[in-house]
Amino acid sequence: MYNNENVILNQCPNTGKDSLNAISIRDLNVFADKTQILKSLNIDIPKHKITVILGPSGCGKTTLLKSMNRLTDLYKALEVSGQICIHGEDILLSHKDMSALRQKTGLLSQKPYPLPVSLYKNITYGPKLKGIKNKKILDKIVTRQLKEVGLWEEVKDRLNASPDCLSIGQQQRLCLARGLAVKPSIILADEPTSALDPTSSQIIEKQFMKIKKTYTIVLVTHVVRQAMRLADYVVFMHNGEIIETGGVEIFKNPKTDQMKEYLINGN
Amino acid sequence: MRHIKYTEQAFFKFLTGFACYSVIGILCLIISIIFIKGVGSLSWEMISQAPKGGYYYGGDGGVLNAILGSLYVAGGAVLIAIVLGAPAALFINSFLFRYKRLQNIIRYFLDALWGIPSIVYGAFGFTIMLYFGMNASLLAGIITVACLITPIMIRSFDEVLSTIPTGLHEAALSLGSTRTELAFKVIFKQGLPGFVTAILLAFGRGIGDAASVLFTAGYTDQLPSGLHEPAATLPLAIFFQLSSPIPEVRGRAYSAAAILTCIILAITLISRLLVNKYSKNNLK
Ligand SMILES: Nc1ncnc2c1ncn2[C@@H]1O[C@H](COP(=O)(O)OP(=O)(O)O)[C@@H](O)[C@H]1O
Ligand SMILES: [Mg+2]
Repeated sequence: MYNNENVILNQCPNTGKDSLNAISIRDLNVFADKTQILKSLNIDIPKHKITVILGPSGCGKTTLLKSMNRLTDLYKALEVSGQICIHGEDILLSHKDMSALRQKTGLLSQKPYPLPVSLYKNITYGPKLKGIKNKKILDKIVTRQLKEVGLWEEVKDRLNASPDCLSIGQQQRLCLARGLAVKPSIILADEPTSALDPTSSQIIEKQFMKIKKTYTIVLVTHVVRQAMRLADYVVFMHNGEIIETGGVEIFKNPKTDQMKEYLINGN
Repeated sequence: MRHIKYTEQAFFKFLTGFACYSVIGILCLIISIIFIKGVGSLSWEMISQAPKGGYYYGGDGGVLNAILGSLYVAGGAVLIAIVLGAPAALFINSFLFRYKRLQNIIRYFLDALWGIPSIVYGAFGFTIMLYFGMNASLLAGIITVACLITPIMIRSFDEVLSTIPTGLHEAALSLGSTRTELAFKVIFKQGLPGFVTAILLAFGRGIGDAASVLFTAGYTDQLPSGLHEPAATLPLAIFFQLSSPIPEVRGRAYSAAAILTCIILAITLISRLLVNKYSKNNLK
């Protein structure tokens, strides 16, 4: 349904290997029926950094995140237009291989949703879809990913158990491990600690700080303190619009009234 | 104040407990009456032979014809209902997701179909049967019972699908599943216990229904011999024998009822065990 000439005219901003940006978003608009949820967003998300998308509930953070791996397709009411370039490719255009596209990004949602299979199979689900069948390789992946999220010591004796026997915090780390197992380059995290106790939240935050060397992390949160702890780059949203962007210094010197107000209320 | 609160709590505890236990009690009462009245005539012969001449006057034979007939009718109908119901439920649940109004109207109609008395289905099946020039037969019985239980199946599947959170769909898709992999590797497993319950519910309704098979499946003392031959069913066997003036035959009606109850209990039990075992194997 798209115009081929447009593709050539609106070339993708550079998000390839040599670029500093992992994701470039240009003129992103999302409509739900007739209301506009996201209003002409332009964002460049830096590689191997934590980009925090901050804003009050209902401002469109989740919708923005879901557009980045086309989960918006699930909601027929949503109409997405514009450009989202990942690895030099506009993902809003490509209709070919959604699996491959989604495997470039790992998703961590507000609540953990473990698959209805064992801990082991939760981790191997993605790699198996990629065609990895060798038991030894799968074993290695499971060990490596569980260690990466600090869950290995807690579950190594019961890899065949159901995820139901884990606490919510452990389940969330399992979901992170499961997402990392498909070797994405980008992690999309939607308020990943909002359902967790402070200790579990801290563990997840620590994991993020640890893995940002190798992954680009986009973290959605409405918690100012969390944003201050983790952010390398901040995108402040309000009502479907980007109000302010910048490095951590914008917490000290917010330019806009909305951001000032939000920071005051959030602290 | 504390005292009032305590009394109130005790009262509600009593009320809820009473309701729960009286339902269980009535159920036990029904089952025990059936078994007590039926145990006298329950024998190996009863479940291993078809009626012989003079059976309905207290002569030799059993109700194997009706046992097999019932299993065939209910089994066949359940198969048809699954084949029609599973895709229909999926359609209502996912493809009509966008059209909430239409979705609700369809659900409303299915619920209404659920409430229609089975004799209406029987009459409907009978009309269709005559229209196509068929005789009362196993096939006509299966089709009629399938009409009766398909709405139940669709709505129960639909309810199970609705309980599966969107977050799980999103999780599976974001790991790279296609829609088919999502359906078979995740949704199916997650919903399995619910699906089995739905199938059992439909099977129970199908095997226990007399009115829908009265005109359509017919009745015969022969073992069911083909789709186009009439077939006996347990509910009708109970009905015919209960209306007999001979006490011995009435006793057999109760044993037939006990057999029907046992079949339903056994199938429930076996499928529960299978679900448990399957879920466990799943986790290896
Ligand atoms: N599938 C949808 N259909 C219609 N409206 C939606 C849908 N998803 C989100 N919205 C609307 O978009 C707005 C932003 O939602 P969301 O992105 O979830 O905000 P946030 O994550 O910042 O709380 C809300 O007003 C919400 O009602
Ligand atoms: Mg949200």
